[in-house]
Amino acid sequence: MSEALELGINALRGQMDTRAMSYFSSCVRCGICAEACLFYTETGDARYTPIYKTEPLRKLWKREYTFWGKLASKMGLLKPMTESDLSDWEELVYDGCSMCSRCSMVCPVGVDIAYLIRKAKEGLSAAGFSPADLVAAGERADRIGSPMGVTSHTLNATIRVQEKETGLPVPLDVQGAEYLVLLSSGEIAGFPEFIGSLAKIFKATGISWTLSSEYFEATNTGVQLGNSKLAAKLVERIVTVAEKLDIKTVVSPECGHAYTTIRWDAPNFIGRPLPFNVVHVMELLDQLRQQGRLKTKGYTEERLSYHDPCNAGRRGGVLDQPRNLLKMVAPNFVELPESGDMNWCCGGGGGVSSNERANPLRLKVFDAKKRQLDAAKPEGLVTACSNCRHMLEDGLEHNHMYDVELLGVTELIAEHLVDGDEA
Amino acid sequence: MFKHLVDGIFWDIALWVFTIGVLWRILSIFLVGNKKDLSVARTTGMTGAIAANISRFFPRSEMQSRTRLHVIAGYMFHLGLFALLFFAAPHILFVESQTGLSWPAMPYWAFIVTAQLAFVGLLLLWIHRVMDPVTRLISSADDHVGSILTFIVMLTGCMALLEGFEGLRVLHRFTVELLMVYFPFSRLMHAFMFIPSRAFTGAWFGRRGVKA
Repeated sequence: MSEALELGINALRGQMDTRAMSYFSSCVRCGICAEACLFYTETGDARYTPIYKTEPLRKLWKREYTFWGKLASKMGLLKPMTESDLSDWEELVYDGCSMCSRCSMVCPVGVDIAYLIRKAKEGLSAAGFSPADLVAAGERADRIGSPMGVTSHTLNATIRVQEKETGLPVPLDVQGAEYLVLLSSGEIAGFPEFIGSLAKIFKATGISWTLSSEYFEATNTGVQLGNSKLAAKLVERIVTVAEKLDIKTVVSPECGHAYTTIRWDAPNFIGRPLPFNVVHVMELLDQLRQQGRLKTKGYTEERLSYHDPCNAGRRGGVLDQPRNLLKMVAPNFVELPESGDMNWCCGGGGGVSSNERANPLRLKVFDAKKRQLDAAKPEGLVTACSNCRHMLEDGLEHNHMYDVELLGVTELIAEHLVDGDEA
Repeated sequence: MFKHLVDGIFWDIALWVFTIGVLWRILSIFLVGNKKDLSVARTTGMTGAIAANISRFFPRSEMQSRTRLHVIAGYMFHLGLFALLFFAAPHILFVESQTGLSWPAMPYWAFIVTAQLAFVGLLLLWIHRVMDPVTRLISSADDHVGSILTFIVMLTGCMALLEGFEGLRVLHRFTVELLMVYFPFSRLMHAFMFIPSRAFTGAWFGRRGVKA
């Protein structure tokens, strides 16, 4: 057995738990999960059937945890796992799955297939069968602190521009601030106005907040790779800066997987509860709305729809909050068909967006989103995830859908904000 | 001779293998354990676990057009099989002879209708398994053996209704014993394991405030 295979199999063994074994013992191979997966519905390729993507883990389970598997292995009737049992699944797991969990919502026996795929990733990653781009992003995240190579210098420069544009200070490294706002590199590079929008909203609502120059990155490439050690290391950096600044609540930015990671997975990665609360920026803004502190004026007449980021919505529970906020400013809001917890993914989650090799497939499966947009015919599409926004931009451009404007919820609210003086 | 074996030692063996096998299988899964989720839950996982065990009986509206065959054939087969297993008069008589317990049986005409629905459902599911590229790719020998064994049990069961032929009853009981021996080591275990599966998923999503 090669070293890579041994590492992969050992990593898969470490993933086996009662939940995974229950899933494998209850799956009836009905194939319904395929009908929920945009990688299958848009390509018609049966290999993209979600449960098929879990084969590396299932093979190990069958071989080492079932009566027939153990018996057949001992009698030499079951072939041992080979490197191809892992390497052949790299493309399916990393390029052909955005970890959107839509499949997990429809399985009649209740299998959370995304949970199993995430576990399979651990084996592939340990064996070295991960896309080079994602591995490189992981190395940058580890070395620089950002998968895109965004440094604190870049952040400082971006902050200065936003301060100039808004005329408001953007607090940095403020000891004892109530909220520490994390950012994604994609936001800093692509949608820096998010920072200015927060500055406006937090000033108007009297929120004490800060960014950290020491560590600001909310995304976690370890999660996307299926490398729990890296994931834990990146989470620890957030914990360290939050503790250093004596932060009560950490705010996840408009990024789906960043939220799921820091809100739900982080304590499990580091093996202890977090010493602070975590909220998605949508949750915080909605809380401020409920408290009457966040007030808006005027409306946008545009017919707007909301794209639910899979990780924030389906896997994170942030479904109502952005809609509550949009109701404040968008009277002509219209739901996409199959929205909310059954929304179709943008195609770029789970690290697919960082994997250039997957681009043609990602743009192909964007057809699912295109169908939603064609049905609802919105003039503007709002979302609360910078990665989704990049992917939506790409998909709309690819499909020549130039009439659909893309917006972030936070910026839209900031545009209609009643500031403190007006209030 | 064969009749005595089927009604005697074969039945005892099948019952023991089924009972011990199912319990062993469930125990071996639960002994592995899960890591405790250290995140702060929005709502209790228990509510989600119970809700998912109910809601997953009903397909999501968004999926209806794409899964019509799975759902209709699935319900025809499973409801039919359930009704035959627990409400066919010969089965109730058998349980009464073994345990003294009895309950009302369905009428003969209902038996025939139910059996036909179950047969059609099972056949549709199996044809779909063989014909559809997705199910063909993900199915293994286990799935086919399970389907064929169940079909044979149902077929011999209907044949056994011709009560004049004792041999047909013996044949039915023998096929049931084969199925019982096969059951704990196969995917037929989903008949028990769907409950914890739905519970785990429902609890996981429920903690996050998502109805799954």
